[in-house]
Amino acid sequence: MLYREAGQFKASYAEDSQIFPIRQDKIGFWLLMLAFGVAVPLLANEYWLKAILIPVLIFSLAAIGLNILTGYAGQLSLGSAAFMAVGAFAAYNFILRIEGMPFLVAIILAGLTAALVGILFGLPSLRIKGFYLAVATLAAQFFIVWALVKFPWFSNNSSSGVVTAQDVTILGYTFATPEAKYVLTFLIVAFMALLAKNMVRSSTGRAWMAVRDMDVAAQVIGFRLMRTKLLAFAVSSFYCGVAGALYAYTYIGTVEPEGFNLDLSFKILFMIIIGGVGSIMGSFLGAAFIVLLPIFLDNFVPMIFGDSLGAGFVSNFQLIVFGGLIIFFLIVEPHGLARLWQIAKEKLRLWPFPH
Amino acid sequence: MARQIGDVIVDLQNISLRFGGVKALTDISFDVREHEVRSIIGPNGAGKSSMLNVINGVYHPQEGQIFFKGALRPKMEPHEAAEQGIARTFQNIALFKGMTVLDNIMTGRNLKMKCNFLQHALYWGAAQKEEIAHRIKVEEVIEFLEIQDIRKTPVGRLPYGLQKRVELARALAAEPHILLLDEPMAGMNVEEKQDMCRFILDVNDHYGTTIVLIEHDMGVVMDISDRVVVLDYGKKIGDGVPEDVKNNPEVIKAYLGTSH
Ligand SMILES: Nc1ncnc2c1ncn2[C@@H]1O[C@H](COP(=O)(O)OP(=O)(O)OP(=O)(O)O)[C@@H](O)[C@H]1O
Ligand SMILES: [Mg+2]
Repeated sequence: MLYREAGQFKASYAEDSQIFPIRQDKIGFWLLMLAFGVAVPLLANEYWLKAILIPVLIFSLAAIGLNILTGYAGQLSLGSAAFMAVGAFAAYNFILRIEGMPFLVAIILAGLTAALVGILFGLPSLRIKGFYLAVATLAAQFFIVWALVKFPWFSNNSSSGVVTAQDVTILGYTFATPEAKYVLTFLIVAFMALLAKNMVRSSTGRAWMAVRDMDVAAQVIGFRLMRTKLLAFAVSSFYCGVAGALYAYTYIGTVEPEGFNLDLSFKILFMIIIGGVGSIMGSFLGAAFIVLLPIFLDNFVPMIFGDSLGAGFVSNFQLIVFGGLIIFFLIVEPHGLARLWQIAKEKLRLWPFPH
Repeated sequence: MARQIGDVIVDLQNISLRFGGVKALTDISFDVREHEVRSIIGPNGAGKSSMLNVINGVYHPQEGQIFFKGALRPKMEPHEAAEQGIARTFQNIALFKGMTVLDNIMTGRNLKMKCNFLQHALYWGAAQKEEIAHRIKVEEVIEFLEIQDIRKTPVGRLPYGLQKRVELARALAAEPHILLLDEPMAGMNVEEKQDMCRFILDVNDHYGTTIVLIEHDMGVVMDISDRVVVLDYGKKIGDGVPEDVKNNPEVIKAYLGTSH
């Protein structure tokens, strides 16, 4: 009785194409927004905000970026972290070099810079697909990080290559506390997630999915392959770029190339595999899962197996669980947690009568 | 019938198409007139699908010329053909597997949708208005093809016959001038075939859509075509109204000579 769509008739196509056509979903969504937007910053302690909630939000944004490119447009990429790096360094340099640069404008410019770089590295996708394209994006990953280390200009000639991110100030207010940084991150990520959801449910998203599912047919009905693919690279990199800038400014507080390595690119890929390929909500689930799993295992493995095993075992155990989960999702449920959630809801809708 | 056959709209002259050593089409000329149902028949591997692929720019013939609405048509890409009002269905269903029936059919209207990705991102306003306007058109097609109850179903879950129908819906959503149909009834039972015939004739009749049809079922072809062209091993061996083609000795020989 709690989760039913009976009696909720759609009187117009506008109602029928809502993001949450079922009333319970909509209520649930707004409760979640209230919880994460208001309750969390009031209640959560510093550790939770800094070590869990802020990174989950930022990785969710990067995962949305990769999901647009890989999940929706079908172009596999191993360069997400590099596009994050472009965003982080671009934001740093825009704020550093342009007097009075507003933070939000810098964030947008950082995204646009990443988008341009994304288009450049997306050009090979017009010729190559799948595995070979993944290798080309791998080249982007290494080249970009190499260039950021190689040319000290990017880090303002700092001797260590690590620079402290400037203060985050909007309209005279400085976001200094973890709570303030969390709220800012939350608002940006929520807004951009909404924009992404809107794109994927419109003609733009259908173009991406058409190219993903069958590119010849997509062309035959009038989609332009080049435009569609490059737009996916641009938008995807924009999202990764903004995520990278937030990573530097509201998460770790420094700008450095090191964190944006291949490991991170793979992590983001795992987020969308586990969370759900081709799902905005899945991007959040995947990011939360990948951030929380190690913390969970850190705390629970010693509890179950005792302390005697040592830290080495715990971290190896993590890798085993990770690998196992990824194989599980790839084989059993390629649409990830988001799909499992959907199946659960379908079951709930019929419960307690299975048919 | 209200419809009247018009002028030549597509004119193919001396088309030859090769894939390496394989001659898919050899020196083929034929034309399609506005509003007619023009069928292409022939045994397996005769070059029928290749012919459609030449018409909408998927394949580019090595030799020959294509005139479209009276003007010489330079090398054309498939999306340009779509812009000119040519839509098609494929022999092997080419639906977008990861999308619902509704979304698949909505893609058919992409050329008529003018909002850009930024408007889509903001959605409320221009993009939503456009989306709804086109949804109304798509619903007309859905109703016409009698597929209302599957609109929210992912196409991959549908049986073969319905998938073919959805593919036709996607092509019709574009409101094409010319509709290329590659074996739309293959693998269907008698009832499904009758439905499909009815849809094709209705489209032709109501909207005046020119139809180029590839079909193996001779009964159907002779029944609904205005003119028929016959291919064999990439060569044209017959062309004309169904009566003439049926009695053409070369055509009879080609059909008796193969497993058909
Ligand atoms: N893309 C391609 N690459 C190589 N050869 C091709 C290609 N497309 C078609 N051919 C060849 O061209 C010839 C004609 O093929 P086509 O598909 O046009 O025949 P068809 O008349 O549609 O046959 P069917 O009734 O089996 O659909 C065949 O020998 C086929 O192998
Ligand atoms: Mg064929």
